[in-house]
Amino acid sequence: MVRMSGAKALVEALKRENVKVIFGIPGGAILPVYDVLYDADIWHILMRHEQCAAHAADGYARASGQVGVCMSTSGPGATNLVTGIANAYMDSSPVVAITGQVPRPFIGKDAFQETDIVGITTPITKCNFQVRSAAEIPKIVRTAFYIASTGRHGPVLIDLPRDTQIEEAEMNFDEKIELRGYKPVYEPHPLQIEKAVQLLIQAERPVIVAGGGVIASNACSELVTLAETLLAPVATTLMGKGAIPEDHPLSLGMLGMHGTVAANYMVQDADVLLAVGMRFSDRSTGNIKTFCPNGKIIHIDIDSSEIGKNVRPHIPIVADAKKALQAIYNRLIEKFNRKERSVWLNRVQELKRMHEEMVKNSGDGIKPPALMAEIRRILPNNAIITTEVGQNQMWAALYLKVYKPRTFISSGGLGTMGFGFPAAIGAKVACPNVPVVDIAGDGSFIMTEQDLASSVAWKLPVIVIVLNNSVLGMVAQWQRLFYNRRYSAVDLKRIPDFVKLAEAYGAQGLRAQSIEEFRWALKTALNSDVTTVIDVPISSEENVLPMVPPGQDLRNLMLS
Amino acid sequence: MGMEREENIYMISAIVEHKPGVLYSISNMFRRRGFNIESISVGEAEQPDLARMTITIKGDEMLVEQVVKQLKKLISVIKVSILDPKNTVARELALIKVSTPDARVRSDVINYTEIFKGHVVDVAHESLIIEITGDTDKINAFIELMKPFGIREIARTGIAALPRGMRSVKME
Ligand SMILES: Cc1ncc(C[n+]2csc(CCOP(=O)(O)OP(=O)(O)O)c2C)c(N)n1
Repeated sequence: MVRMSGAKALVEALKRENVKVIFGIPGGAILPVYDVLYDADIWHILMRHEQCAAHAADGYARASGQVGVCMSTSGPGATNLVTGIANAYMDSSPVVAITGQVPRPFIGKDAFQETDIVGITTPITKCNFQVRSAAEIPKIVRTAFYIASTGRHGPVLIDLPRDTQIEEAEMNFDEKIELRGYKPVYEPHPLQIEKAVQLLIQAERPVIVAGGGVIASNACSELVTLAETLLAPVATTLMGKGAIPEDHPLSLGMLGMHGTVAANYMVQDADVLLAVGMRFSDRSTGNIKTFCPNGKIIHIDIDSSEIGKNVRPHIPIVADAKKALQAIYNRLIEKFNRKERSVWLNRVQELKRMHEEMVKNSGDGIKPPALMAEIRRILPNNAIITTEVGQNQMWAALYLKVYKPRTFISSGGLGTMGFGFPAAIGAKVACPNVPVVDIAGDGSFIMTEQDLASSVAWKLPVIVIVLNNSVLGMVAQWQRLFYNRRYSAVDLKRIPDFVKLAEAYGAQGLRAQSIEEFRWALKTALNSDVTTVIDVPISSEENVLPMVPPGQDLRNLMLS
Repeated sequence: MGMEREENIYMISAIVEHKPGVLYSISNMFRRRGFNIESISVGEAEQPDLARMTITIKGDEMLVEQVVKQLKKLISVIKVSILDPKNTVARELALIKVSTPDARVRSDVINYTEIFKGHVVDVAHESLIIEITGDTDKINAFIELMKPFGIREIARTGIAALPRGMRSVKME
């Protein structure tokens, strides 16, 4: 037991959780904590908007596999975090958000900058806490980190009334945490594993779908080993991109509304579908009634509430993806004889060739699929790619091959424009020696562009590639396809000039009008130690293809 | 898929942490997931730091399974079970204020109350408050009977339930 203030205890507890960096913005209700941070050996990165602080913590978490931490003051600081917290929740990213709050006697009195952040974030956090006395702080911090980073990962919020930061108490940093209502299940049930193995042995056309859970549980090598043993092709969800190297012969690419031909067709044709760490989101399944119509589904997820939520599997397995894949593999090799699957696998290669055809640049100007392929050629394999939301994101998902887990970071569940750039900053903090590139749309980048300031100030040289079509491209695509080209509220009027914008922040601004110019620009950026924005003007008439119109069968792919 | 979609009334018993914010997180989850709750009751359970909630919900098996799983997912929810109606004692309490303008009405109301094994718990000049416990059907039947007399106010507790015999829904 040591006597200290709540603020000191918070920082001490964070250090004990191995926190190296906090993304945040100070304000009145969190000042005592910032005073302690002033000479603590935790790096505080001053962001320029709390939303960016939350996204940066999220990007940091996804790139490193460690809990990301963001901090804000009460009221508007806290509400600015909300989008970032919701984003982390939808994508199961381990983030701890710390907010200041008005002093305890003022709570409920509508005091200056009071907001009910605990109430607001209840449905978008795994769990949240409001500190009631300083002495609780060490235990609450440990509990928060434990919950965020175990089971199905997710954000946890700690709300600290200002007076609990000042209050002194005897602090116990070793108090046991007991959570009667939280006991994540990691080990798969042997009986379920047995059933899954039986099904996989009999399968003629097995397909695996890997989601973000595979990456979160570091189960990628287990996934690939199992796929190679079964000779089962692997599709991924957006969140699962990177779970299998996308140059692997069994990789089908992404599945769903903007899935590849290979992924969508193979999944629909499967007789056994092994779904791991994914949640059958509508973007992945298309019309749920016609999803994988003749397949028996094995669903592995650590969150039992995901099982049976959208799709009723034949074999449910509640477990950690890594443990379940290992268990299946270990049982399988005892009795499995490799099957002859040349017809099935030839079909994979044939469908994949169709996809490669779509990458070829034809006509004038820069075509996004070709641009993605070019980016891949230039970047080293370990480079981290983040994306914004919209066409840019889907082009990256479809045409930019990813070879390693945690090198593709995108807002999957919430689809948050403005996520990619601050997430890139967070990823750069986690992996300073690796190039980090945000594939952006002009509309999205404007939403969080102000953090060019923090990126430059903190010497976190990320690269932003703006696919500048001067429209809210994905919305325009829907209007073109489904609303008779009535382009309502999507014209961005070529504002701003992104080169000048970058320069205004002390970043490097480059423009590329052709693939050759782009090659030069990206290489220049990679060799530079300052944040670089590459403006790439493209046509505003491009569609991201393939596309399955909403609510339709995954096979109904529009290819042109 | 193509499951049978039979709608039934299900009773769910949950042991939850007895602390601020728990009821909010549970009711908020029901609202957000679009689960329609027929009745909900909460009160202290065997230990003072635990509360027991009894939730009745109408839906098919898949829905109820989701309700249970979503409840279990909440960190402050410790244990959840679906109660089998055949082996469950379920009771509700209602307080009903009935107009009794004259002696004849008053004695009718008192007679009915006795038949239903209720109690008159408050007597005023022109009204009575009746306390009645039982299953939902019994309470509904009594309310129907009282309607012609003129019901002024009703307060119902929602259903509280426990499994019969040695079965239990409690902390191990
Ligand atoms: C914060 C937010 N607001 C609105 C949307 C709806 N939305 C989805 S895609 C999109 C257009 C994105 O435009 P841009 O960033 O320029 O990317 P593009 O599609 O042109 O590549 C919009 C407005 C969203 N996803 N997120």
